[in-house]
Amino acid sequence: MTSNVRRYPGFGLFNLIFFVYLYLPIAVVVFYSFNANRIVSNWGGFSLHWYTTALSNAALVGAVKTSLFVATIATVLSTVVALMAALVLVRGRNVRFRRVSETVVNLPLLLPEIVVAVAVLILFSEVGLTNGLLKLTIAHTTFCIPFAFLPIRARLQGMDADLEEAARDLYASAWVAFRRVTLPLILPGVFAGAMLAFVISMDDFITSNLLNSGGATTLPVYIFSLIKQGVSPQLNAISTLIMIVSVVLATIAFLLQRRQ
Amino acid sequence: MSQRPKIPSWNVLGLLPAQLIMLLTLIIPVGIIILVSFSTRGPYGGFDYVFTTAPYKQILFNEGWSGELEFNPQYLIVVARTVILSLATTIICLALSFPVAYFISLQKTSAKMLLIYLVTLPFWVSMIVRVYSWIIILGNDGVIAKTLRALGLGENMGSLLFTDTAMLIGLVYSYIPLMILPVFASIEKLDPALVEASHDLYGSRLTTLRRVILPLCRPGMAAGAILVFVPCLGAVLEPVLLGGGKTMMMGNLIQLQFGAARNWPLGAAISIVLMCAVMIFLLWRGIQAMRKEGREEGA
Repeated sequence: MTSNVRRYPGFGLFNLIFFVYLYLPIAVVVFYSFNANRIVSNWGGFSLHWYTTALSNAALVGAVKTSLFVATIATVLSTVVALMAALVLVRGRNVRFRRVSETVVNLPLLLPEIVVAVAVLILFSEVGLTNGLLKLTIAHTTFCIPFAFLPIRARLQGMDADLEEAARDLYASAWVAFRRVTLPLILPGVFAGAMLAFVISMDDFITSNLLNSGGATTLPVYIFSLIKQGVSPQLNAISTLIMIVSVVLATIAFLLQRRQ
Repeated sequence: MSQRPKIPSWNVLGLLPAQLIMLLTLIIPVGIIILVSFSTRGPYGGFDYVFTTAPYKQILFNEGWSGELEFNPQYLIVVARTVILSLATTIICLALSFPVAYFISLQKTSAKMLLIYLVTLPFWVSMIVRVYSWIIILGNDGVIAKTLRALGLGENMGSLLFTDTAMLIGLVYSYIPLMILPVFASIEKLDPALVEASHDLYGSRLTTLRRVILPLCRPGMAAGAILVFVPCLGAVLEPVLLGGGKTMMMGNLIQLQFGAARNWPLGAAISIVLMCAVMIFLLWRGIQAMRKEGREEGA
């Protein structure tokens, strides 16, 4: 057997242990979220009580709303801006300083996030901007741009430029060629980029926490404040709900990718 | 060329929004951070633009009441801890991800897709939730402590939480998918014929692994090392939640200066140090990659 040569003993077991390590923490949180006991690690029977408490928690609902608002606007803005930049950088001719321009677009990936957070914090304090939601939206748009940009660029690079040329040969205007030919072809990349931007924005803690003022608390910042108060079953229920949403989103992305 | 119909030439103006955003929200503000790091601390927090190098001196020294400088390693320890923990995380991730990625690459296509999905899935789950889950596991009354107690072990075992080990576990757990994916990609590109050729030439499994497989996977490992090492240097959540307030890394030291400690110039100075560390690392990797390219072109 040729494949035998490539196998190494013990790798299977190693992988089993690895996947347990990867999923055990998640399983523990889900398990204890159904605990009727107020003390997390003492099992007191099955209960959905903490889910009803979580869903009627006004502060939590407010934080979810803030997060969704910021993430939606940041996703739309960063995806549009990233799409424009990707079109120029991949398709554009005589673009000068292409390498430098690309680095600038990807800048948030090259800096540690805490530095990005400090930068926008100091900027907003110098400019005198106090609206919490506006601050969050601007900061999130900035660091979401590279996450939207990279999948779109990859898709554009994989697309045949001749198709666009053919459309132009058939007297399509640049706009029509883009809307009817290019955009439908790169749509999966645009979708993947937008989804990544959305998840990154929803998940952000470092920047949102540093900017946390003016009454705009995002979901991760709110969860952080709960953790600081101590482990509680309600926290487990909230975490489980977040995980369900994440898993659904990840599965959709996975299935979409597979179809291609 | 002029007879050919024009390829839609995307207007260069399309780049403008992205670049303007980066200029206004990052490049100029980083310049302001540098200014602040050379400024005097204001009487009520904040800062005044009066030039001083005190914030940088403060990283290394305590200023006595008569102005003499006394070496104080408290911040240096944080910097060292950050670098050591980030390096350790990167090495552990490398060691763990190779067998996992290799094993996955040997599976049939459908199983392969499923396993890669399982590797990436935790990454979609909120970072704070994943770090929090380790509090339940490592805590004083946590899953591990309970299990050990049930087995009659570890009665006098101290808490696992709020230690460097806890931080390390959390960091590895957070960033390992970022290592597995590029390593997996480079193993997938590996030509199985090379492995067989090595065996035909009486190379043992270990020799083949060491001399053929690992060297060919190096690009993926290098990419993964950047993806893990850089965010580790700036980690905030893992040290705060798993390291407690006392064992800090640079990320939360910076956060502290802009929050409770209200020492913006010091926070800015540490940010600049952190940014320089990351830049030096990336430049070094970039130069290495360029040299390698040059060598391959020369050959």
